[in-house]
Amino acid sequence: MRLAGRYLLLSVLALIVLFPIYITVVNSLLRPDQIASRPPGLFPTDPQWGAYKEAWEGGHIGRYMLNSAIVTTGIMVGQVLLAILAAYAFAFLEFPGRGFLFVVFLTTMMIPFEVVFFTNYQTIADLGLLNTYGGLILPFLATGFGAFLLRQAFLTVPGELRDAAALDGYGHWRFLWRVAVPLARPTVAALSVFAFLSAWGQYLWPLIVTDDDRARTVQVGLAQLRREALNDINVTFAGVVLASIPLVILLLAFQRQLVRGLTAGAVKG
Amino acid sequence: MSAQRSARRRAKDALLGYALVLPSLVVFGVFVFYPFVKNFSLALHRTPPFPGLPKKYVGLDQVKDVLSSSEFHKSLRITIEFVMLTVPVGIVLGLLLAVLAHKQLRGMGIYRTIFSSTVATSVAAASVIFWTLFNPQIGLVTYWMGRSGDLGVLEDPKTALIAVAVTTVWQNIGLSFILMSAGLQGVPDDLYEAAAVDGADGARRFWHVTLPMLSPTLFFSAVVGSIMAFQAFGQIDILTRGGPDDATNVLVYSIYEDVFRAGNDGVAAVKAIALFVIVLILTIVQLRVAERRVSYAR
Amino acid sequence: MSGITLSGVTKRFGDTIAVDDVSLTVDDHELLVLLGPSGCGKSTLLRMIAGLEEMTAGEIRIGDRVVNDVEPKDRDLAMVFQSYALYPHMTVRANIEFPLRSRKVPKDQRALQVAEAAEMLDLTDYLDRKPSQLSGGQRQRVALARAVVRRPAAFLMDEPLSNLDAKLRAATRIELVELQRRLEATIVYVTHDQVEAMTMGHRVAILDRGVLQQLGSPQEVYDRPANLFVARFIGTPPMNTVRGRLETAGGTPVVRIGADGVELPGAAAAAAAADGLLEIVLGVRPEHVEIVTDGTPGALTATVEVVEHLGHEQHVVGRLGDGQLVTVRQGSHLPAPPAKSSVRLAVRVEHAHCFDPETGARLG
Ligand SMILES: Nc1ncnc2c1ncn2[C@@H]1O[C@H](COP(=O)(O)OP(=O)(O)OP(=O)(O)O)[C@@H](O)[C@H]1O
Ligand SMILES: [Mg+2]
Repeated sequence: MRLAGRYLLLSVLALIVLFPIYITVVNSLLRPDQIASRPPGLFPTDPQWGAYKEAWEGGHIGRYMLNSAIVTTGIMVGQVLLAILAAYAFAFLEFPGRGFLFVVFLTTMMIPFEVVFFTNYQTIADLGLLNTYGGLILPFLATGFGAFLLRQAFLTVPGELRDAAALDGYGHWRFLWRVAVPLARPTVAALSVFAFLSAWGQYLWPLIVTDDDRARTVQVGLAQLRREALNDINVTFAGVVLASIPLVILLLAFQRQLVRGLTAGAVKG
Repeated sequence: MSAQRSARRRAKDALLGYALVLPSLVVFGVFVFYPFVKNFSLALHRTPPFPGLPKKYVGLDQVKDVLSSSEFHKSLRITIEFVMLTVPVGIVLGLLLAVLAHKQLRGMGIYRTIFSSTVATSVAAASVIFWTLFNPQIGLVTYWMGRSGDLGVLEDPKTALIAVAVTTVWQNIGLSFILMSAGLQGVPDDLYEAAAVDGADGARRFWHVTLPMLSPTLFFSAVVGSIMAFQAFGQIDILTRGGPDDATNVLVYSIYEDVFRAGNDGVAAVKAIALFVIVLILTIVQLRVAERRVSYAR
Repeated sequence: MSGITLSGVTKRFGDTIAVDDVSLTVDDHELLVLLGPSGCGKSTLLRMIAGLEEMTAGEIRIGDRVVNDVEPKDRDLAMVFQSYALYPHMTVRANIEFPLRSRKVPKDQRALQVAEAAEMLDLTDYLDRKPSQLSGGQRQRVALARAVVRRPAAFLMDEPLSNLDAKLRAATRIELVELQRRLEATIVYVTHDQVEAMTMGHRVAILDRGVLQQLGSPQEVYDRPANLFVARFIGTPPMNTVRGRLETAGGTPVVRIGADGVELPGAAAAAAAADGLLEIVLGVRPEHVEIVTDGTPGALTATVEVVEHLGHEQHVVGRLGDGQLVTVRQGSHLPAPPAKSSVRLAVRVEHAHCFDPETGARLG
């Protein structure tokens, strides 16, 4: 009986958590008048797919998703790459000032983007990078958190492997790519997924550095769609569904890595 | 001879080290440290009323003005209210879901996926969804509350911040659930078994075994959640634009408005420094506690 | 041709001297064992030969070439590590092939060499497994195969068997000796296990606190230990070392221990006399001490402390009048004296060694 109670409670909570997502999907398949009718329709009895086409083309969601995909990929690849390079230096190379520089990297974690975004806007504007992918990507290329995490992973690579590789004829650069990175793959994967998730969801920065369609990302596009498409509210819902698809795929395909990435900080703390 | 070679090799290694660190350092320099330092200079200069006029050095006057202004106080109060409205609820909900879904039972995988699902929504998506739910004409929440046609919850200064908080809590449920579940996984099973042997029932086990073992996770989530809440922006911009009547004008949103509506980056810089100090304090508290815990563990 | 010569090799870590002025030559096709207690600098010395560690002073030659300035990869050496240092993310095949890839060996040539090395070490069936799917012994063989595959001028092995259980270790020891013979390989082999050293080494170099104590064949270091350290380090149970006063009784030199006296071997006596020593340390292996009947002249009186039965033999530990301990090793068929009983111990003087009590150096 207690088991039944647990399942009941779980199911009720699951319904509550899922409801906003469910209603979004349903509403994307209803006509605006059906959405506004009272009592509200909670099932798509006669699904209409037109809203998706309208969001994709009329609402430019297609273009925005492409932009988002490019920017997100750029940020993810850049962050992981730069973090790998820096982490390798901190873990395997000796150079004067290494400890200090590592602290510098850690310090960046204490300066939130919200503290510096408006000056960065000025910098990007001065560089002539407003409304460009570069402007959206550049400020996020480096990550102190990622470098820290990868350094920890690299430090678990046994020193004898480095020695063996040195005798086998592999210098630092080839050791990095052929041994260190493959061995740190779980961390690299977690970091990549985490970077993708946060980059895809960015809102403040794309909002201020884009004011036309050229580079505008889908998150800003959603807000715009909501403002402009009040009469076809189903199109807004369709846009939300479309914009969420990459993250849903990410969640389903890389759940383990995602959990690792999200909890990485928690384990450290 | 050998010394020469080893000196050369060491120099080569060092050079490679700097080269590998350099790209990150450049990015940090341009997009973290430069703007961070620039804030202090901006804070000391008053922005002229018309663009084109030179900025005027005013020392700490502007800092004092901003920090003592009722507008800043209100914004700070709202931000703290927002933190209090979102963080504890988020943690309790995440913990509840995690504890319920923790047992290895048939079908738990589905519940876990559902409870994690909101991490697949962005702040903007969640905000747009809830904006429609809260909408006075078509919103289901309004309809079920029997407020259709009335002043919408987002237009009512008394409820706007709560509505924004609800949106935020929902969007963060997935993250909170994942963090709490990971924390629960860290509680060794033999502790439960010991407690079971001792005859502790479910509730006692929760309070005396689970919760103490989970306290690092809870604490970490509280700090990180607070830092995130202090940085909230997207949900405000989409749901209320800081309104009505500044009822949801949190710190970051007011910084945004100072710069991009009023063109006053001097005032914005002072607020940004304040935000930095708050986050710094939270971080230091977090590090201190983590450190103390490490030394206990030893 | 591919011998290794060390001259004056020294390594300091800050204040500690890990390796102190070591000079020795590893002959071509020789298996030389570096033996010594933990922390004596064996690994450090080996890593300097490999080029993984910088020397503080000295010179290393491989063949005719001074390699002080040569990168590890260009020294033509292969190393086998205690942890095996296999690349966990690569298959056995890829692990063995790894050193060939960096040397730009053509592909079919690589495959040939890998197959040959795998064949030699009985790994052909495991080539597509990951190291984590192998037993300890198999991993160890992969490490050997990776070293063998590129046919280096010499092999460096740092306690390669110490992670194996006793039985496997004994078996692998024999295989390694076999392999060395087949390849006619030059091997520098580090261990702290004297059984390995004695059974495998053509010669044994014994290190203590970074200093080379003795270099010789296993038989030499056993029969003629150069100093007290070597005497006590080699052999189980360890050699008895008993301190006594040097006297002359009726023309013959005698070591007086308590009330008893033991006649000295002539050469040692002469050396001791030349050094003007008053005291001396007498070294006798436990198998060279016998329990004899009362009244035997030139024997030591001792009280039995404990008798250890090992099945095929027994160790009788006796305490001399002045408190020093002496162990007797005898066959298990002999009667064991009861504890606390008094026995007479006769020393077979022709097998005794004498050492300077101050310097520890061998006399005669
Ligand atoms: N990188 C280092 N820095 C400082 N001291 C070191 C370093 N490496 C070795 N040592 C010191 O040098 C001495 C010799 O070390 P080494 O590893 O060569 O000993 P070993 O004979 O191989 O011992 P073991 O049998 O335990 O492996 C030790 O006292 C050790 O503490
Ligand atoms: Mg060692």
